[in-house]
Amino acid sequence: MEKAIIGKKLGMTQMFTEAGELIPVTAIIAGPCPVIQVKVLERDGYEAVQVGFEQIPERKINKPARGHFAKANIAPHRTLREFRIKDAAKYQVGDKIAVDIFKPGDKVDVTGISRGKGFAGGIKRWGFHRGPMSHGSKYHRGVGSLQARDASRVFKGRKMPGHYGAVRRTVQNLEVIKVDPEQNLLLVKGSVPGAKGSIVTIKNSVKA
Amino acid sequence: MDILQTLEQSQLRTDIPDFKPGDTVRVHVKVVEGSRERIQVFEGIVISRRGGCIRESFTVRRVSYGIGVERVFPLHSPRIAQIEVVRRGRVRRAKLYYLRNLSGKAARIKDADRR
Repeated sequence: MEKAIIGKKLGMTQMFTEAGELIPVTAIIAGPCPVIQVKVLERDGYEAVQVGFEQIPERKINKPARGHFAKANIAPHRTLREFRIKDAAKYQVGDKIAVDIFKPGDKVDVTGISRGKGFAGGIKRWGFHRGPMSHGSKYHRGVGSLQARDASRVFKGRKMPGHYGAVRRTVQNLEVIKVDPEQNLLLVKGSVPGAKGSIVTIKNSVKA
Repeated sequence: MDILQTLEQSQLRTDIPDFKPGDTVRVHVKVVEGSRERIQVFEGIVISRRGGCIRESFTVRRVSYGIGVERVFPLHSPRIAQIEVVRRGRVRRAKLYYLRNLSGKAARIKDADRR
């Protein structure tokens, strides 16, 4: 990983490309993220940078966090994330990571917490088919058979209803459409996990 | 939310004339053929306008050699070179889908006398 930044999902809209195509885009407010701590191989056993996002008043954080920010001499931030960036040592505490690390045309991976759907049935959670709703059918949205009769037991990993969503998900290889450093705005093509206002991390794509 | 709105607003075209369903328009469309770009004109009756802001589109219907042809254009598309309003029509619905079932004399639309 060479580039990474924390952002907040703003919502989706559409944009015309130069060719006249209308494409879906997600708007993300990303950065500026100050480096709070640099982890080095000798001391910490691995290389990473810890960055913050969204400044908050000092009264909103607890004492341990206050000490952590005081050590870096940086105003408190709401979110802290660590990125395992290659040669993290070139970063110094206090450096600002801004959206302009990306440029239009770059491919990025976006990670976030997907929207929680609560306890969901087989149709929503696994894409099962529905039974007939009428003509005397009593089999509507149920899961149906769980196993073959000869198995005499249900195998592990059987897809069944349960809690769905609200897990960490990554969408890979999204194209950066627009970068606006003045507004800290990043537009990527396609959808991104999470609700509006949720925290996402944007990294350069592992596939590119 | 505000940023999203300004973002959409900034892309809207301002050179679009005021037209409504029932009007006859001439749409100049940029067509790319290989490496060459030329302008094609599509003239017909606007039978619907739908969507809002950047997503707004309109449908133009014409009868060409006895066959009804409808084209849907994104209103703010950069591929549209120009929209000319040829005639204003007076209609009593927002969507003129009933024209699809009519032909000849019945498919005419009265001129708007006043606007």
